[in-house]
Amino acid sequence: MTASFLILALLTVAGTAAAMGLRNAVHCVLALTLGFAGIAALYLQLGAQFVGLAQIMVYVGAVAILAVFAIMMTHKPGQAEASVFSSHWIAGGVVAAAVFAVLAWAIASSEAVFQLLPPQPDVTVQKIGDALMHRFVLPLEIMGLLLTAALIGAVVIAMDRKEETK
Amino acid sequence: MVGEGILKGLAETARNFFGSYVSKERLTTVQYPEQRLPRIEAARSFPFLVYDGSDWQQGMRCVGCQICEKECPPKCILIEKSKDKKPDAVGKQQFYPAVFDIDISVCMSCQICVEVCPFDAIKMDVDVDLPTDNRFAGLLLDKQQLAKSNEYYHGIHPTEAAAVDAALAAERAKAQAKKPAAATPPAAPPSAAPVPEAQPVGGESK
Amino acid sequence: MTQVFVQLDQIFVIVKYWLLGFVPAGWQPLVSAIVSVVTVVIAFPALFALVTWFERKGLGRMQNRYGPNRAGPAGLFQPIADAIKSLTKEDIVPLAADHVVHFLAPVLLVTAAFLAYAVIPVGRNMIVVNLNAGVLFFFAVGSVVELSVFMAGWSSRSKYSLLGAMRAIAQMISYEVPLVLASVVVIMQAGSLSTVAIVERQAGYTGIWPHWFVFTPWGFVGFALFMIAATAESNRSPFDLPEGESEIIAGYYIEYSGFKFALFFLGEYLGMMATSGMAITLFLGGWAAPFPFLAWIPSYVWFFLKLLALIFGFIWIRGTLPRLRMDQLMNFAWEFILPMALFNMLVAGVWHFMPPGIPRWLVCIAMVATPCILLSMRLKRKKKLQLRTYQFAE
Repeated sequence: MTASFLILALLTVAGTAAAMGLRNAVHCVLALTLGFAGIAALYLQLGAQFVGLAQIMVYVGAVAILAVFAIMMTHKPGQAEASVFSSHWIAGGVVAAAVFAVLAWAIASSEAVFQLLPPQPDVTVQKIGDALMHRFVLPLEIMGLLLTAALIGAVVIAMDRKEETK
Repeated sequence: MVGEGILKGLAETARNFFGSYVSKERLTTVQYPEQRLPRIEAARSFPFLVYDGSDWQQGMRCVGCQICEKECPPKCILIEKSKDKKPDAVGKQQFYPAVFDIDISVCMSCQICVEVCPFDAIKMDVDVDLPTDNRFAGLLLDKQQLAKSNEYYHGIHPTEAAAVDAALAAERAKAQAKKPAAATPPAAPPSAAPVPEAQPVGGESK
Repeated sequence: MTQVFVQLDQIFVIVKYWLLGFVPAGWQPLVSAIVSVVTVVIAFPALFALVTWFERKGLGRMQNRYGPNRAGPAGLFQPIADAIKSLTKEDIVPLAADHVVHFLAPVLLVTAAFLAYAVIPVGRNMIVVNLNAGVLFFFAVGSVVELSVFMAGWSSRSKYSLLGAMRAIAQMISYEVPLVLASVVVIMQAGSLSTVAIVERQAGYTGIWPHWFVFTPWGFVGFALFMIAATAESNRSPFDLPEGESEIIAGYYIEYSGFKFALFFLGEYLGMMATSGMAITLFLGGWAAPFPFLAWIPSYVWFFLKLLALIFGFIWIRGTLPRLRMDQLMNFAWEFILPMALFNMLVAGVWHFMPPGIPRWLVCIAMVATPCILLSMRLKRKKKLQLRTYQFAE
């Protein structure tokens, strides 16, 4: 329980709590991004460089932008709001507390937590790459295929619309 | 291939880049305060008052008729007419402007004052070195600052000034020719009386 | 004699350890980090100041003008004058703006731009932190810039800044993919994500010819693609649509004034210099000298010389090319740069598995040139522009 862990944990919790409580949807996304960044920093602190940096790249760089775009495409501009915080924060808090309780119960009831794990060797990016290319090459290929299919599907959907409007 | 045109363009800019260090003709920029282009005759900046002779107070052509003050669209001219008269450059008794101010921060260089002036007293300057560190007092020019000699006028607008001088000379000659004719029948003192006839001072009576 | 050159090469490292000798052992890691960070935070803005002068001078000369020549000798103090001006200007925040986000956007941008320098080796043993996944860190930090651009554009509550932010994000996302793919070939060849290891892999000379990755078919194409994508990533001409002056005035930072505007400017140039530094690390041998007989010149001098050369390339391109249209920009990214980057990865694999020699060169050059010619023919094909239709407006 070092000072840096405390700071990062506080940042993460504050970010995610603000994401639940704020009224403006874009503010929520930005606060959530802060939470993502805090989690990434926690990964980095644990020595998992690859996971931490991938977290920043995917969540901060891509998912946040995607969420922001989605909000701006769908959000209806309402009247100027008086309060910074959403009036639904109690409901949000209850849902979050319930999820937290279930997760905590699941973790606490598993036996793995209380066993002393043997110290892990330092996992380098090289090792992750080797594992992906040797042991887990089939799942990787399947995932690649799936993503390619999704990409082609997205292109097809976009092209169809163009034909209609012509 | 993509990129052929880009390479041509890059070669052109590289030629400019190195050429500007080699040949001075490429650099057409005039280093303004040190170097200046010759003044352009057909340019105009702000009005000034023309005087004949060497003394600006005595030779001022302006008679304080206030036409320009009334015509000025942004109302940047302030004239106070004198109570007394004094002789002008050719010795005629005339009114003169006791105060003549132009606020060049308001002036829009429209030249209307020049066009309405019956005495060719106000003309457009070409000077652009007018910056000051005081935007109120520094840009409010008084009579003395506005007064520029006829020689200066000839210097900046030679063609126009020559035409104005010729017209003025012609008018004076006409007045001179009329004066004896007008003066002999009534045999009156010719000093002040012929003035209204000789020059159209209609601005005030209108 | 060689000892002197080694000392000169390592002078900053020696000075740092000399300074660390004054602090107690427990504090040394922290002080070491602070010393490195402070050096970066001072050195690169100073370089930024120099580069703005360099850019204005260079652009001026390309257009047969003098450029700044009043403040100081040859206008060298112009950046100082600019800094004083932007510091003393009034900081105007629009009334309707989202004040907190509006304030945070430039801070985030500059922070992300500075973080990228952590993994760029500027000289032998001169790197802030030698991360195991250095290249990944660089791209992860680079992706944060998009978020700050969105924050700036959205929080200003101005149509122009929102439009600029939309353009900037679309462009950055489109060109980030080829930027990463173009550098993947180097990672494949070097077998490491660590920037220091990548530079070490490029050490050595054949005769006087350095073993830089740019002097291979896939490396050359990768370098070209990387630089094109880097130009687009840093929103520079000819890809400066997000701030196209004639259409949307200044894009996402139009509502910024005073020092915040200067911060955006700083962030943009820091990003440009960081991607240039990454290009040097990946393709141009990092801090290595181009010829073995010049190796006595300190390594950091070589790094900054290469950096200035690449920046001059950016300025040269800016002085030459007009701005692209949005559809040209996107077509170029998805129809040329991206397939070329993918082909290039294939070429790098072929290069890796073929035995060294002339045939390897010929095969790889042919494999690179064919798709390049085919794709450029496709790109040059005359396009029939259809009438613009709107989905929601009519």
